[in-house]
Amino acid sequence: MSGSNQDGSATGNFDSNMRNTDSIGHVTGKSVFLDDIPEIKGSLHAVAFASSLAHGKLRKLNLSAALQVPGVIRILTYEDIPGENQVGGIILDEPLLAETEVHYIGQPIAVIIAESAHIARQARALIHAEYELLPVITDPREAYEKGELLFPPRFFESGDVVSGWEECEYIFEGRAETGGQEHLYLETQGAYAYPDETGNLKIHSATQGPTLIQKTVARILGVAMNRVEVDVRRLGGGFGGKEDQATVWAGLAGLSAQVLQKPVKMVLSREDDMYMTGKRHPYTSDFKIGLTKELKIIALELSLFQNGGAASDLSPAILERTLFHVTNSYFIPNVKAAAYSCKTNLVPNTAFRGFGAPQAMFVMEAAISKAAIELKIQAREIQERNLIREDELFHYGQVATNAHALPSWDDAMKTFHIEERIAAIKKFNQNNSLIKKGMALMPVCFGVSFTKTPMNQARALVHIYQDGSIGISTGAVEMGQGVNTKMKQVAARIFSVDPRRIKLETTNTTRVANTSPTAASSGADLNGKALQNACEALLRRVLGVARKMIAVDCENIEIKEERIITDGKTSSFTWENLIEKAFLDRVNLSENGHYATPFIHFDKSIEKGHPFAYHVFGTAFIEVTLDCLRGQYNFDGVHIVHDFGNSMNFELDRGQVEGALMQGIAWMTMEEISFDKTGKLLSNSLSSYKIPDIYAAPDIVDVKALERDGPDIAIMKSKAIGEPPFMYGIGAYFAIQDAIKSFNSDYKSDFIAPFTPEKILLALYQNRSRP
Amino acid sequence: MIEFILNDVLIKTNSPPGLPLLDFIRQEMGLMGTKIACREGDCGACTLMVGELDGDKVSYKTIVSCLTPLVNVQSKHVVSIEGLNGDQLSHVQQAIVDHSGTQCGFCTPGFVISLMTKSLSDANSNLDETLASVDGNICRCTGYKSIERAVKDIWEVNQRRKDKDAPQWMVKNKYLPEYFLSIHDRLSNIILPDERIKKSNVILGGGTDLMVQKADSIMHAGLQTLREKDILHGIMIEDDHCILQAGATVTELLTSLELRSIFPGIQKYFKLLSSTQIRNMGTLGGNIVNASPIGDLIVFFLALDAKLQINSPDGGRRSVALKDFYLDYKKIDLKQGEYVEALSFNIPLHGYQFNFEKVSKREHLDIASVNSAILLHLQDNLIKDVRLSAGGVGPIPMFLEKTSSFLQGRRPDVESLSEANSILQDEISPIDDIRGSEEYKRLLLRQLFIAHFIELCPDQIRMDQLQEILIQI
Ligand SMILES: Cc1cc2nc3c(=O)[nH]c(=O)nc-3n(C[C@H](O)[C@H](O)[C@H](O)COP(=O)(O)OP(=O)(O)OC[C@H]3O[C@@H](n4cnc5c(N)ncnc54)[C@H](O)[C@@H]3O)c2cc1C
Ligand code: FES
Ligand code: FES
Repeated sequence: MSGSNQDGSATGNFDSNMRNTDSIGHVTGKSVFLDDIPEIKGSLHAVAFASSLAHGKLRKLNLSAALQVPGVIRILTYEDIPGENQVGGIILDEPLLAETEVHYIGQPIAVIIAESAHIARQARALIHAEYELLPVITDPREAYEKGELLFPPRFFESGDVVSGWEECEYIFEGRAETGGQEHLYLETQGAYAYPDETGNLKIHSATQGPTLIQKTVARILGVAMNRVEVDVRRLGGGFGGKEDQATVWAGLAGLSAQVLQKPVKMVLSREDDMYMTGKRHPYTSDFKIGLTKELKIIALELSLFQNGGAASDLSPAILERTLFHVTNSYFIPNVKAAAYSCKTNLVPNTAFRGFGAPQAMFVMEAAISKAAIELKIQAREIQERNLIREDELFHYGQVATNAHALPSWDDAMKTFHIEERIAAIKKFNQNNSLIKKGMALMPVCFGVSFTKTPMNQARALVHIYQDGSIGISTGAVEMGQGVNTKMKQVAARIFSVDPRRIKLETTNTTRVANTSPTAASSGADLNGKALQNACEALLRRVLGVARKMIAVDCENIEIKEERIITDGKTSSFTWENLIEKAFLDRVNLSENGHYATPFIHFDKSIEKGHPFAYHVFGTAFIEVTLDCLRGQYNFDGVHIVHDFGNSMNFELDRGQVEGALMQGIAWMTMEEISFDKTGKLLSNSLSSYKIPDIYAAPDIVDVKALERDGPDIAIMKSKAIGEPPFMYGIGAYFAIQDAIKSFNSDYKSDFIAPFTPEKILLALYQNRSRP
Repeated sequence: MIEFILNDVLIKTNSPPGLPLLDFIRQEMGLMGTKIACREGDCGACTLMVGELDGDKVSYKTIVSCLTPLVNVQSKHVVSIEGLNGDQLSHVQQAIVDHSGTQCGFCTPGFVISLMTKSLSDANSNLDETLASVDGNICRCTGYKSIERAVKDIWEVNQRRKDKDAPQWMVKNKYLPEYFLSIHDRLSNIILPDERIKKSNVILGGGTDLMVQKADSIMHAGLQTLREKDILHGIMIEDDHCILQAGATVTELLTSLELRSIFPGIQKYFKLLSSTQIRNMGTLGGNIVNASPIGDLIVFFLALDAKLQINSPDGGRRSVALKDFYLDYKKIDLKQGEYVEALSFNIPLHGYQFNFEKVSKREHLDIASVNSAILLHLQDNLIKDVRLSAGGVGPIPMFLEKTSSFLQGRRPDVESLSEANSILQDEISPIDDIRGSEEYKRLLLRQLFIAHFIELCPDQIRMDQLQEILIQI
């Protein structure tokens, strides 16, 4: 066979233990990322000049000194934009380049194009802008008070909380807050754009949403979408940060390339990436929770204030998902949740793994924790008693089916001997005064689908070449999650061919159009199903040829490991013979598959419907050891039972669990974004914003699959995996809180995340009289 | 002109001596396997292997190329991922593939380089030490467990080498391209250029502070490497004192048998300093002259009453106590043209104990919020002599003179410590910044102060009393 094994599927096996198809390229350094694309001679480099003021009127922009720097070609401002100066995705409220006002520090005002990025940066230092200062708001509650909302609030309601409170024996109120989070994809944002012979534009972009880039750039340039081709090979990490936020950089590179009719590359320095791009939304929320004597949660009332930053970006969709997930894995009959997206003078916040759900679940867990503390019981008693069961109703009207909340909880308790672990922790704490252990259980329930129903569609293009090799294009973007590997598995499984025959093409808007971004954990499901449709149609066609060719009257004809099998008998005909014959018979060996998720719908006017194809469940047990002298912690272990369905690639899926968990733990602990009062980012580099290193990983991460079949609506019954495990990390907060309480029993929890070493130490000694 | 070997190729270049090696590799040589992710030494995506003649061997270590000025690889063998690829995957690469230790792949070449360097350079690393070779490599995707599983495989393979010569053995097993075996001779043939123009006086150590703070301005500046200054990497014991040349890297301090015999815990302390790559580059002199109020080495040596040997261009030499070297925030007692040649301290006599504490937001590869060192001599349960230092609690790294003298002659019990703490709190002046609030730093120093005594004389402190006092004072 002709295929080489440069793609990691080195063993040539037919299925499910396939390694990431990119892994050989990765370990040899041959994988090409945006900044590695060989540059066309004469390529120019662009750097953005951004506002240094969080809110103000732009009075004057002096470019003359910068333009004099040798090697500077041009500096463009909003006046040079031929089309619309607009990059807003859902709401059109964000200019590409600021016009007369600036709304956050880091908002692009001009783009400098020079012979090198180094020169452009030198020139940038010479640009002088004069502003008139306007009031700066960074606090979402202050914005709310002043009526500064990005868009109208949303209200989800089920049952009737007012009568619910009357059934409650206990009612508790409190506040919970979570901080932002930098994506810190190791590859920064970037784009490389160049015009072709007729002035059309080709853009290589590090984006999760090629169509979004295409559409936005076309709007900026005032041209039709077919004049902009967007191509994505792979991303060096995305995590949601390269969904809407990739458009600005592709927009500026595209604009520059169009105006100058030259190739222009724009790759952000880490520093620029950190202060110019959006992050996970911080939330501050008020909760009120009511329980019966038997610890059944009867009512929950929430006000959630999302810090949206200065423009809407994806905030409306994120706010919506927050509302879907306020009850996490629990059934609560009476729910009233109000969510406000507050406009502040910070960089517009955006998608990040979990998409608003982690923020919601933290509030839910804080409410449970508050109740447990007040009632002097263990949180797990409340958690367990309220896990959602089959046929119970989520507060947005969807019926829980295949509700695996309780099965995964029970499985975790049993498999990991959790009661014994808890007893051991107790014993340890009795014997140690300056070192304490703590633990938490974290159940997770996450809905899979874009909550905006029309986005749940995808397409795939499959070519079978005359020699039997196969080329696949889908709308999915590979960013380390392994979606291309899964695509290869889908095709290999349906055709029953050696995966080495199959090549994954780049994600390109000319081959697969009108794509949804690779997001919402849905990349493999949507694109996989579209690919499945295409492959199945092709298979039917080539099997028709086979039937004609060798076995006109057999009952059953199929392909197994590249052989044609008739009624269970292996024939001498191979895949290659068959394809050759099909070509000679003038059979169409290309197919474009389309898929739209069935059943789902949601009616925003009543905030009810069936928005999710299915839910993913799981339970994590987290253990931490706290050095109560120094305030440092170590996670001893995380034990997880996760609802994979029938994982089509456990190795890849486990990698997603481990990676998401680590990010979740870090969001709860060391990752702390800080802005000063003027809206300036203080945690603006890797030396001041810490993400986990290898020693930050829990000593043990044990991931067990819940033994339940996945639904047919999931690709090959293998459930979506990207986001749900992130939320196991929330347990880290409560495990630390638990350890603190064994040292300082008077500690008053404030439910403000992250729990940094600073916060931990201050909590351990909260009631000391002086330092 | 700068001359070195890059992978299999001899390079002679007129590129500026201050050009980051990273840019030379990617832009001038077009080798794109080395990635850029931070340009401040904090991620390891740009990690390269650098080999240096060491007797009849070439010894390899990792560096971050974003902070390495080109001039610092003069006469060395620089290896990028492209220079490690052979006809088949090495054991390091294979293990990462087998265990899915790569997701997006952006960090992966850096991990491969770190682990290959470990395989190549260290005879008897245990599993923990093998894992420690990636302490400067950040991966945002994997959560690290898959990388740990891969490292275990790699370590197991390396075990098979036993006492055979590492490069020979690796070449034989096709883990390393054959050209590595000719590098020793080829490096020996590179002659140090001596006609260098010395216009400027920017002294360059490892560049790990300079390149972060002033990369643009030193790109074309005249740089004087420590080699040109003849500040070598020596660590010497003379009678009752120890002399450390300013050019000694943190790795050299960490692995020095002399220092280990004086400070049995030195490995533990210095592992908290930056990462393998940065420790391989950063020098003692650089740490001292950079004058960060939180510099770990400074705080370490302040407790030892170290002295600096300072030389001036006209041949003048003077000695200044390290504690007097720091005048104000980033202001030091060093005149234009002067440079630090060495640091020396009296070797603590028998009966003296030493401890170093550091707490940062992330335990490894992070700048401290507060750090502190102590030299303590106890006799008959009384403090005969004590020197306490701390960083992050004032504009300069501090020798805590008042607290130290208060403790003199007292029993290190909970009462004295709590009294000493009030003096300590008066002596310091921390401020709110990105490394922590004033309140936190005050509390943290109190804790580290107590931690010293718990580490050094646990039997003197009654735990039940301590816990109460910790809440009360
Ligand atoms: C990622 C990262 C992590 C770090 N972590 C830590 C940490 O945990 N703890 C810590 O303390 N530091 C840390 N540092 C800071 C730095 O690594 C150390 O301060 C290091 O010791 C500096 O040495 P260098 O040789 O690289 O200095 P260089 O950058 O070469 O020089 C620093 C300054 O000293 C001058 N200089 C150097 N040598 C001499 C000399 N002999 N005489 C006179 N002047 C001289 C230079 O001109 C320059 O002004 C970190 C840095 C990075 C990039
Ligand atoms: S680019 Fe991050 S360490 Fe060099
Ligand atoms: S694999 Fe993506 S950063 Fe390591």
